[in-house]
Amino acid sequence: MSLLGAPVAAATAGVELLAAELEHEGVPVERVDWRPPVEGSETALTALAALSGRIAQANDVAVELMDSARPLLVGIGVAGELLPGMDRTTILHAGPPIDWADMSGPMRGAVIGAAIHEGLADAPEQAERLAASGELVLGSCHERGAVGPMAGVVSASMPMWIVENATLGNRAYCTLNEGLGKVLRYGAFDDEVQERLRWMSAVLGPVLSAALARLGEPLDLRSLIAQAIQMGDECHNRNRAATSLFLRALLPALIEVELPSEEVAAAARFISGNDHFALNLSMPAAKSAADAASGIPGSSIVTAMARNGTRFGIRLSGTAERWFTGSAGVVDGLYLPGYGPEDANLDLGDSTITETVGLGGFAMAAAPAIVSFVGGSAEDAIATTRRMRAIAWADSSSYLVPALGFAGTPLGIDCREVVHTGVLPAVNTGIAHREPGIGQIGAGLVEPPMEAFVEGVSALASELGTAA
Amino acid sequence: MTDRVLVRRGSYLDSVSLMLASQDAASVPGVEHASAVNATPLNVELLERQGFDLDSHDSLGPNDLVLAIRAGDDSSAQAAVDAIEDRLRSSAGSDGGESAREAPRSISAAARARPELNLAVISVPGQHATYECARALDAGLHVFCFSDGVPLEDELALKRRALELGLLMMGPDCGTAVIDGVGLGFANVLDRGPVGIVGASGTGIQALSSMLDAAGIGVSQAIGVGGRDLSSHIGGLMTLRGIELLAADPGTEMVVVISKAPDGLVARRVADAARAGGKPFVLAFPGLAPGDAEALGAELSLEGAATRAAELAGGVLPEPTESLAGPATPGAIRGLFCGGTLRDEAARIIAAAGASVATTLDADNALVDFGDDEYTRGRPHPMIDPSLRNAQLQRDLARPEVGVVLADVVLGHAAHPDPAAELGPLIASALGVRERPATAVISLCGTTRDPQGVESQAARLRTAGAIVTRSNAHAARLAAAAAGLEEAGG
Repeated sequence: MSLLGAPVAAATAGVELLAAELEHEGVPVERVDWRPPVEGSETALTALAALSGRIAQANDVAVELMDSARPLLVGIGVAGELLPGMDRTTILHAGPPIDWADMSGPMRGAVIGAAIHEGLADAPEQAERLAASGELVLGSCHERGAVGPMAGVVSASMPMWIVENATLGNRAYCTLNEGLGKVLRYGAFDDEVQERLRWMSAVLGPVLSAALARLGEPLDLRSLIAQAIQMGDECHNRNRAATSLFLRALLPALIEVELPSEEVAAAARFISGNDHFALNLSMPAAKSAADAASGIPGSSIVTAMARNGTRFGIRLSGTAERWFTGSAGVVDGLYLPGYGPEDANLDLGDSTITETVGLGGFAMAAAPAIVSFVGGSAEDAIATTRRMRAIAWADSSSYLVPALGFAGTPLGIDCREVVHTGVLPAVNTGIAHREPGIGQIGAGLVEPPMEAFVEGVSALASELGTAA
Repeated sequence: MTDRVLVRRGSYLDSVSLMLASQDAASVPGVEHASAVNATPLNVELLERQGFDLDSHDSLGPNDLVLAIRAGDDSSAQAAVDAIEDRLRSSAGSDGGESAREAPRSISAAARARPELNLAVISVPGQHATYECARALDAGLHVFCFSDGVPLEDELALKRRALELGLLMMGPDCGTAVIDGVGLGFANVLDRGPVGIVGASGTGIQALSSMLDAAGIGVSQAIGVGGRDLSSHIGGLMTLRGIELLAADPGTEMVVVISKAPDGLVARRVADAARAGGKPFVLAFPGLAPGDAEALGAELSLEGAATRAAELAGGVLPEPTESLAGPATPGAIRGLFCGGTLRDEAARIIAAAGASVATTLDADNALVDFGDDEYTRGRPHPMIDPSLRNAQLQRDLARPEVGVVLADVVLGHAAHPDPAAELGPLIASALGVRERPATAVISLCGTTRDPQGVESQAARLRTAGAIVTRSNAHAARLAAAAAGLEEAGG
């Protein structure tokens, strides 16, 4: 006698009276907190609605590729040998492509530092001239298969993690993490920075490379991240558990490495002293999963979010390599003593690749310690992860959150749902000083610009419209 | 007199909640005007026309809430603001506990969180409805879409997609359905029974099922499909699906299909499908050319369809007994309806009696549907908020050249909680001050178990001086007779 095959249970959107009447009739009702979509997106959303069956299939494929990705840490190489078209005068940066003239302070500082590191310039002024004249070739990390935190600057001689997605065979690359304080990624370029970069190439890289080789098999980063999530990390702004797990996994091999013991000890000390060391592993792991999902025709899933300190850019699976950008935001967070919002640079770095695959802000419920950056509570952390379900296509089958009854983190941002619900991806991030060379001055939460998502759905709609 | 304009940014609320809040505020002593509206361009313009100054609020958009109060003094204005906020707080839901989950922000998120959900009830503004429906279907939910103003090509795409997925796409512009005994949208409280209905007309379903209720006959399912399903463009996609479902439904013994003005070819296809279903069936196609209707064996009136359905179920419709209380009151006939199909049926009967009948208010003899898009954009349906219709009725009764007003009152879920409370006093006072007598006829659609109670509504409207009948066709005949038309045939 049942037309629907089961007792009527309704989701309602719109007039509250209709929901109330159903409740009077004893029907289970879930009232959606409906609001009109973001201005300027209605036409595109309606156009995409006619294709929603096709988009749903494409999104299923894209998110399955993202979810089934199994990033493995296979070794360490040198940027100049790994990345396409990477010669001595090429310098890569975080975020969508940007000209020298438009770069912010910390980004310029990092480019200067890399030019000096590569021996292309002796002094900052000379590096600036080379960059301004075009003699240095500037390019986006993402466009060469790499990601970098904050300024994300990569030059030819730098050692890079090599991460391979065992499911599809695609690779992603990332520099090694320099630690906190005066570091290149925050735009510092003085002698201390140069000396550390040289040490990383000469000692840290070779030690880790040798240790990894002794492991016998590549390190499974998906498993490492999944464990870290259950130990209080969200693998963007909190990487303490992941760093500890990495060191533990590597420890037997490190001890056996046939290199001078003071070098091995220095490497171990360096990693132990840097809570964010594993960020540069979760980022390429995330990139390899996101890249796997890229280029599925018709898919509205976000496959990259990245900031160059001036613009915040996103990419969609269905439009592959294209960038859609808006102004980078101001980070709302806690500052180190002596600094305030007036000192902060705009949002910066490729590390939002973690949110793109269900980590970072999307895994906030796993890392309640993070919300203290903005004076929030553990409940806020849980609410943030739950809220992200509104814009996520599925739940991760690997990254499970104990506080949510081991539910997976929300995975695969549907660009349509961002403009439809007005819910922006939650992003955790560090704050760089606006002047080059000073470094990290705080950390907090930041909102991506809605205009990038509006532009994304419009582009997808016109692409599908012309293809149809 | 003091004006107060408050703006709350980023605070969208549905138009019915806001209407209730505005009503609460307007009833505060000393308050002359109170509006709580989303700042759509239309609403902003309306407020400015009322003389409110919105210039100091830049870039208002539909996500912003505007409270505009005009009151005798500051304390009344404040009381009005308080009344609005009280009402809006109570409509926000009561779950404020520590463990309160945030409400889902989309239908897909709701469906993921609660796998037992199987139906989406969508009543967002029309320009946003296509996307909501598409995503609800993606989530595997049947859809009841109350929203109107959805483009025809979108409706076609949605219905095709629903059929691919084996889901019902009821609407857009679907006013009524009764699924497994649950009333959706405007629906009367009915007993379960042998008659299954597929309807491309919400008030058609309501009128028919209410007439059957008066004969003690219940309804198994009433599948609404939206007013344009039997157009040549949509081709009766959901109607055909509904007929198939009812043919297979063991609780359904006979099938009634209702649609106003179907396309001729589509009507024939529907008739073939009904025959192929193997159960006794009745077609009600008011608006179809009489020759075509005859060829298909279709009824042109709801009354005719209800009579045949009742016969098939072994029952009899009660004969309407109401008659004119006194002599005719010749003059213009003004028909002011909330239900489009009720209007059409009445118009056909009055035209057959010899009057020329227009669909717009500027003509003398006018039968107007206040549920039409034109009157509902940005405001609730007149069955929920009949104030626009009632105001027109009051104006018409004040005009000496008007002889008869005919209006429908539709009861049931989601309709106004007590229509007679507003309409009764208005009719009584308007009839009382006229120099020349006039006749007020009410077509009352409802059941005894409706929350408003059909008997008490009828009694109070009669006390106010109206002739009240539960047959819409009979109401139209009485109106024609009251206007002095000779052949008030059915």
